[in-house]
Amino acid sequence: MSERILDIQNLSVTFGGLHALKDLNFHVDEGEIVGVIGPNGAGKTTFFNMISGMVTPTSGDILFEGESLIGLDPNQVTQRGISRTFQNVRLFANMTILENVMVSQHCRTKQGVWGALFNTPAFKKEEAEIRAHAEKVLGFFGTRLIGYRLEQPASVLSYANRRRLEIARAMATSPRLLLLDEPVAGMNPKESAELTGLIGKLRSEWGFTIVMIEHDMNVVRDVSDRVVCLDHGETLAQGSFDEVSNDPEVIEAYLGRPLEKQK
Amino acid sequence: MSDINANVLATEAAETIEDLAESASGLFNDVDRDRVVRYGSYLAMALVFVSLVGMAVGLDGRQILFWINPDVYVNHPDGQGLSLGDVALWMWPLLLGWAATNEVVLEGMQARVRGVSDLVTGFLVGALGGLGISFLTFLMSVDREINPENGVPAYGARDPLVNWNEQLYIMLTFNRGWTFALWAWPLLAGLLAMVGASFRVMSDPIRKAITAALISVLSVSVFQFLVDDLLEGVGETIADPGRISNFFESDPSLGRPRVDSAFDPLIDFLYAKTGGLRLEGVILVAVVAAALSLVASYLVRGRVKQARQAYFDRPLAERTRSSALLMVGVALALLIVPFFTGSIINELLANVGIFLLLALGLNIVVGLAGILDLGYVAFFAVGGYTTAVLTSAGRGESWPSWVPLLVDEGEPVVGGWLIALVLVMVFAGLTGLLIGAPVIRMRGDYLAIVTLGFGEIIRLLFLSDWLKGYFGGAQGITNIEGADFGPIGTVTGVEPRSVFYLVAVFAAIAIYVSWRLERSRLGRAWMAIREDESVAEAMGINTVNMKLMAFVVGAVLASFAGAIFSAKVGSIFPTSFLILVSIIILVVVIVGGMGNIMGVIAGSLVLIGVLGGPKQPGLLQEFSEYKLLIYGVLLVWMMLQRPEGLVPNVRRSRELHQEEFLQDAWLKGEVDTDDEGDDVATEVAPA
Ligand SMILES: Nc1ncnc2c1ncn2[C@@H]1O[C@H](COP(=O)(O)OP(=O)(O)OP(=O)(O)O)[C@@H](O)[C@H]1O
Ligand SMILES: [Mg+2]
Repeated sequence: MSERILDIQNLSVTFGGLHALKDLNFHVDEGEIVGVIGPNGAGKTTFFNMISGMVTPTSGDILFEGESLIGLDPNQVTQRGISRTFQNVRLFANMTILENVMVSQHCRTKQGVWGALFNTPAFKKEEAEIRAHAEKVLGFFGTRLIGYRLEQPASVLSYANRRRLEIARAMATSPRLLLLDEPVAGMNPKESAELTGLIGKLRSEWGFTIVMIEHDMNVVRDVSDRVVCLDHGETLAQGSFDEVSNDPEVIEAYLGRPLEKQK
Repeated sequence: MSDINANVLATEAAETIEDLAESASGLFNDVDRDRVVRYGSYLAMALVFVSLVGMAVGLDGRQILFWINPDVYVNHPDGQGLSLGDVALWMWPLLLGWAATNEVVLEGMQARVRGVSDLVTGFLVGALGGLGISFLTFLMSVDREINPENGVPAYGARDPLVNWNEQLYIMLTFNRGWTFALWAWPLLAGLLAMVGASFRVMSDPIRKAITAALISVLSVSVFQFLVDDLLEGVGETIADPGRISNFFESDPSLGRPRVDSAFDPLIDFLYAKTGGLRLEGVILVAVVAAALSLVASYLVRGRVKQARQAYFDRPLAERTRSSALLMVGVALALLIVPFFTGSIINELLANVGIFLLLALGLNIVVGLAGILDLGYVAFFAVGGYTTAVLTSAGRGESWPSWVPLLVDEGEPVVGGWLIALVLVMVFAGLTGLLIGAPVIRMRGDYLAIVTLGFGEIIRLLFLSDWLKGYFGGAQGITNIEGADFGPIGTVTGVEPRSVFYLVAVFAAIAIYVSWRLERSRLGRAWMAIREDESVAEAMGINTVNMKLMAFVVGAVLASFAGAIFSAKVGSIFPTSFLILVSIIILVVVIVGGMGNIMGVIAGSLVLIGVLGGPKQPGLLQEFSEYKLLIYGVLLVWMMLQRPEGLVPNVRRSRELHQEEFLQDAWLKGEVDTDDEGDDVATEVAPA
């Protein structure tokens, strides 16, 4: 089942004179986990911003399940089934952990003013479902985000838990394609190993297709089916991890540091 | 033997004297000179400002308490007691003396033992501030020239400074010339500031008792009108319980037969005939308040704190339930108040209600969704004018006949107001969409400015000659009928009690709406938008629609207020809908506590009830001239000291005090530090 879920064609964007992305061609098949690597400023986050509708490309096309995403607002993109996390953790810091995950189910629910005011059975049922789904999603991370934590504001969480909550919030939108921007940044080796396992489960248990930006090569090697390396807005190499990590251009882009030594 | 003793005594005495001298100089060393100078200058500025703004003299006419029996000594030359003007001056040394001795004690630091040096600081601050007035009176005396013909003093600087006049001079010099003021003011202000500072030295229960006494005396005297009215109403009911049966028929304050109230003796004991607390009254109120406070602090002691802690430890759902219960209780208590008050207080309560309704609507827009709407008055106007057009025979000539007129031969149609209300809702909703659609995509300041513009446009449309045939231009629409509810009664401005109950019903609806929406999918989306609009959008929230929805809900609530306002006042003009109304509602929401229903209620009671609305008088009618000044000062002070408002919303105060909050949470062990895997993950809630 190698149906194309995401197909990016000749995508370019410029900020002022800067070509953040140049003629990018890229695709993701259903059920794949694709790792995106590249040195700082390569344009990886910009690439995500473009898919999620937060930045409009200068030219090119983004097809999601065969339909173009160009011109859609971010919320419409999410509605279609793409969800993302942010590199610089952007939780709703003063909402509780539960609320963070409840609010991101917004586009999958529909009760309005009427239901809320009269507390209709449909409203109650939906609220219960939202809550149940939220707890299920949070339960994915063991006991870290549930129990007494549910009612705590997101701002009290540790850095690693904030990253987990970011992922939970993205999961709660029920996407088919999940974009993870440096999910293990700032985690210690043990935590990132654990999260690596969870990313695998996101595909096997939840059925998400995943594109992941990551600097930690261990994580990239362990979970990615395929790796893309970007530099200066251009694709340097695509292929299996071993192929890409041994590509001389990629090695050069990382300032000549042999990738193996990054452990 | 005795020699040695004498020697020992002598050396001991010398040592004691040395110690004393040392501690005396130590006393002054303990005083922070910079602080004294800083607060002293603040005080001087405050005193001179209050004098020159005209507050001191302007409020001097209202005597609030007497130390000389005014019934015996009419116009005693030394003054008979304290006027509101005196209070406007005297409160500053008290407050600044207290503020100047404030010390921040950080976690883990030892608090300094308070003592004489605090009193000295207070006195010095006060004396320095008092010198401000001494200097002012000196300048005035230089400028003062007595006209040789009629002996009337004239002032050269009167021209730019309106309040630079003989009345001020007499008041500030106690009618004894500037040389008296030269030393009297530093002394008076110094002593007052010392009293203020002494609050830091006192033990807790004593301080509480004195504060209670002070505040009670002040409120019982300043709010004499309210106390009088309430005591009279309750007293009359006790004396003649049959009065209750007439309550629903008409306002008993209107032409009611004067029954001797059971509290008449108390009123006569407390207040002088000319108004103001008598000395006996002052003592009674102070003693009762202090005694109650002392009893309370000995009986309750740590229990309040414990109870609070226990309350906050309970789960959220339970807390919401008990606070809802509390609110219902308070509301019920409020509902019976108008039974006992006269029409002036009831009118005031009705005004508070109308502004509360407006503020609740704005609270959804600003407090929940974070949309800074400065043109909110537009919807109030739309509600008012729509009602007027539908229920006034005096509406413009140009309306085609198919626009219904719910008036029947000069009498309101039963239920006509309710029918009008439906149309009001529709029009307000449409206006909300119309104004909202173009502006809602903007953010922050831009949105504020554009809404401000739209608010004015709507008012100018009503004012315009172009639509004069419809809305009457500057003449507005008069002869608006009251709201006739058939057997239940008719709500008109003549019976403020009926207006109060109508407003109460709608305020209850607004509270219910805010409360339900906040806890729904919509409320969560609004919160997310307020926190981070772009992320909210990326998480699938249609921010444009959601913001528009908040805007429209707010608009509809405001239009309800407009409809009630129309029926109450009976005539509306474009000047009823100035931008000032928007600003004042916003101030109510901000001062009360944005995003918090209780806060909004508190804000309306305090600001609209006490100070008054844009055109509506409050309890302190004397202040109406300085209302905006006080609003402004209050707003600035709130922003600096307590940006979360009187009754803060938990979430908002978290936003505003993020760091302190995290520090607290950290101290309580609630913050999770980066964990080392599963061992921590299985940890249970801290006890
Ligand atoms: N909104 C913007 N306006 C102007 N320039 C931008 C904008 N967003 C990104 N850039 C620029 O585009 C380039 C790519 O940035 P991007 O954030 O995509 O890099 P990245 O690959 O995610 O890097 P990192 O590994 O540090 O996260 C950078 O030079 C950045 O400064
Ligand atoms: Mg990045």
